[in-house]
Amino acid sequence: MSAHSPQARMEARWGAMFAAPALLLILTILLAPVAVLIALSVTDYRLGAIAVRLVGLDNYAAMLADPVFQRSLRNTLLYVAFVLPAAVFGGLGIALLVHARIRTRTVYEVIYFLPVTSTLVAMATVWQFMLHPALGPVTPLALSLGFGRIDLLNDPDLALATLALIGIWQLIGFNMVLFLAGLSAIPRELYEAAALDGARYGADRFLRVTWPMLGPTTMFVTVTSTVTAFKVFDTVVVLTRGGPLGSTETLLYILYLEGFQYFRMGYAAAMTVVLLVFLAGLSILQARVIEPRVHYA
Amino acid sequence: MLSSIAKSFGRNRVLEDVDLAIEPGEFLTLVGPSGCGKSTLLRIIAGLEGADRGSVAIGGRMVDRLPPDQRDVAMVFQSYALYPHMTVAGNIATPLEMRRLTLAERLPLIRLLSPRRPRVMRGIMAEVRAVAETLQIAHLLDRKPAQLSGGQRQRVALGRAMVRRPRVFLMDEPLSNLDAALRVHMRSELAELHARLGITFIYVTHDQVEAMTMSSRVALMDHGRVLQLGTPADLYDRPATLAVARFIGSPPINVLEGEADGAGGVRIDGVRLPIAHGLPAGTRITAGIRPEALHPAPGRYERPVLRARLKRAENLGAEWVLHATLTGAGEAPLVVRITAAEHDAALQAGLLGEEIALSVTPSGTHLFGADGARLPVRQREAVGAR
Repeated sequence: MSAHSPQARMEARWGAMFAAPALLLILTILLAPVAVLIALSVTDYRLGAIAVRLVGLDNYAAMLADPVFQRSLRNTLLYVAFVLPAAVFGGLGIALLVHARIRTRTVYEVIYFLPVTSTLVAMATVWQFMLHPALGPVTPLALSLGFGRIDLLNDPDLALATLALIGIWQLIGFNMVLFLAGLSAIPRELYEAAALDGARYGADRFLRVTWPMLGPTTMFVTVTSTVTAFKVFDTVVVLTRGGPLGSTETLLYILYLEGFQYFRMGYAAAMTVVLLVFLAGLSILQARVIEPRVHYA
Repeated sequence: MLSSIAKSFGRNRVLEDVDLAIEPGEFLTLVGPSGCGKSTLLRIIAGLEGADRGSVAIGGRMVDRLPPDQRDVAMVFQSYALYPHMTVAGNIATPLEMRRLTLAERLPLIRLLSPRRPRVMRGIMAEVRAVAETLQIAHLLDRKPAQLSGGQRQRVALGRAMVRRPRVFLMDEPLSNLDAALRVHMRSELAELHARLGITFIYVTHDQVEAMTMSSRVALMDHGRVLQLGTPADLYDRPATLAVARFIGSPPINVLEGEADGAGGVRIDGVRLPIAHGLPAGTRITAGIRPEALHPAPGRYERPVLRARLKRAENLGAEWVLHATLTGAGEAPLVVRITAAEHDAALQAGLLGEEIALSVTPSGTHLFGADGARLPVRQREAVGAR
């Protein structure tokens, strides 16, 4: 059948008609917002403003010169650098421990998964109470250990690290569940083969079987954890509002301030584009680095 | 080597006091239907499973308390269980690396500190190459398992088991994931490998053809017991029980119900087969007749022949398989296997009509009592003309 036969043309037309609704949805729901965002980022649009002016790359130039943006970018990267390894390797470690349990496994799974199911805003109030210098249990504990009176959320040197700890606390259970699923998928015969080959130490079994076989899981966990850490927002709003002294201002938080407090939508849009590029770039980089070492077989 | 091994999973008794003395260097096959306990027995020998009772000795050494890698056994798994992230060379080298390198010399980064590691690894790789060459997979050493065919993976698994020269080679259904043609080919390769290595092979399969073709001895298992241990010929020619007779042989043995007559023969479907057994008249007897012990015969003579209705004839090239049912009560199915020459002659002689008469060769006929145990046959007398 030639490509130009009436039947082929008919089939092509039908094919296009069947694909059209999905294509339309992808365009309007997924791609159009990104296009609007990029368009907004080159304007001086303010929420409610009547006149809109094209400003070219002024927003981006302003961003680069903006000390608040620079600080928030540094804070965000620090936060990610702190949260990511702890959330990934902590999740893996707990998954290995929980996986070894037989009867109590479900209990531990539920316990570690609890922070994931509870909303972070609600749990943040609990953390606020716990860390409260006068009311919470953390201060007496620190005093009894001889640390003196510390106020974790109001100390510029410690506030970001404290938020990071809460971020880890929330992510670790989710990652554990993903790693548990990965662990269950490893064929038992591989461990048996390793046992016959002489892999008597846990380190050997981990390096020969567990870690390589968890490749796809590790990649997924790393990418999702990075995205989640980059988008840290709720704990900042509820616990510190970017303070003290801007030490916990993160990208998403100042983006929120610019867009929804100061109504500078054009500037906020430009920041969003930067965040988007960062996340996409990081995900691609991770996939490039990890993918060749992943064995789906 | 094995003495009274017993194993239960919960209430399910998988093995009941299995005793097996395996000769050094022999090819012993554990065969039986699925769930008969053969794989569990193999895993107990390997040390992957503990026995509830009994003990395993390898080469005169009790190994019950030793971990799998110290028992001097190697195992080929049904799924091959190759490390998917490592090359063929890495897979085969693993057992040697585990033995010759210290834990620190196997850890990433830290291993770079060891001055002797490169030398040890060179030695290991030379041995890996030698093993790969004997298995004809030397050209695949840099590939990953996912890039190999089923037969090639099988060889890698064999290589990983061979490379450390174990005293015993354990194989758990190693051919079941291969296609039929490759399975036949690997059968002869495994037999050759056994002859060349000269070490003990313990081979688990549910396929009686594999058991019959490769083994020096076969242990037929069912319900956690060894029903019969012997050479393939023993099992085929002198099955100890009806279950053994039914399991071994393809097409399977014909099983006919009969009873002893007073004159020391067996009466089946009104026909008396003069096979002497010395049992009182009226005793129920089960006769097992191999398909090749039945031959089309002219029915008009006064020979004792079984009369059957021919249903279907299959041409297998060198031989024919006839499917028939016994006329008379029960209509028991009968399978007859004859050479192509005999089939043509019978056809010419007009013996293959709708009704056929079948003579019985006594040497292919086995009698079993009500408990399924083989009955001693005193003398063999020709039945029918051959």
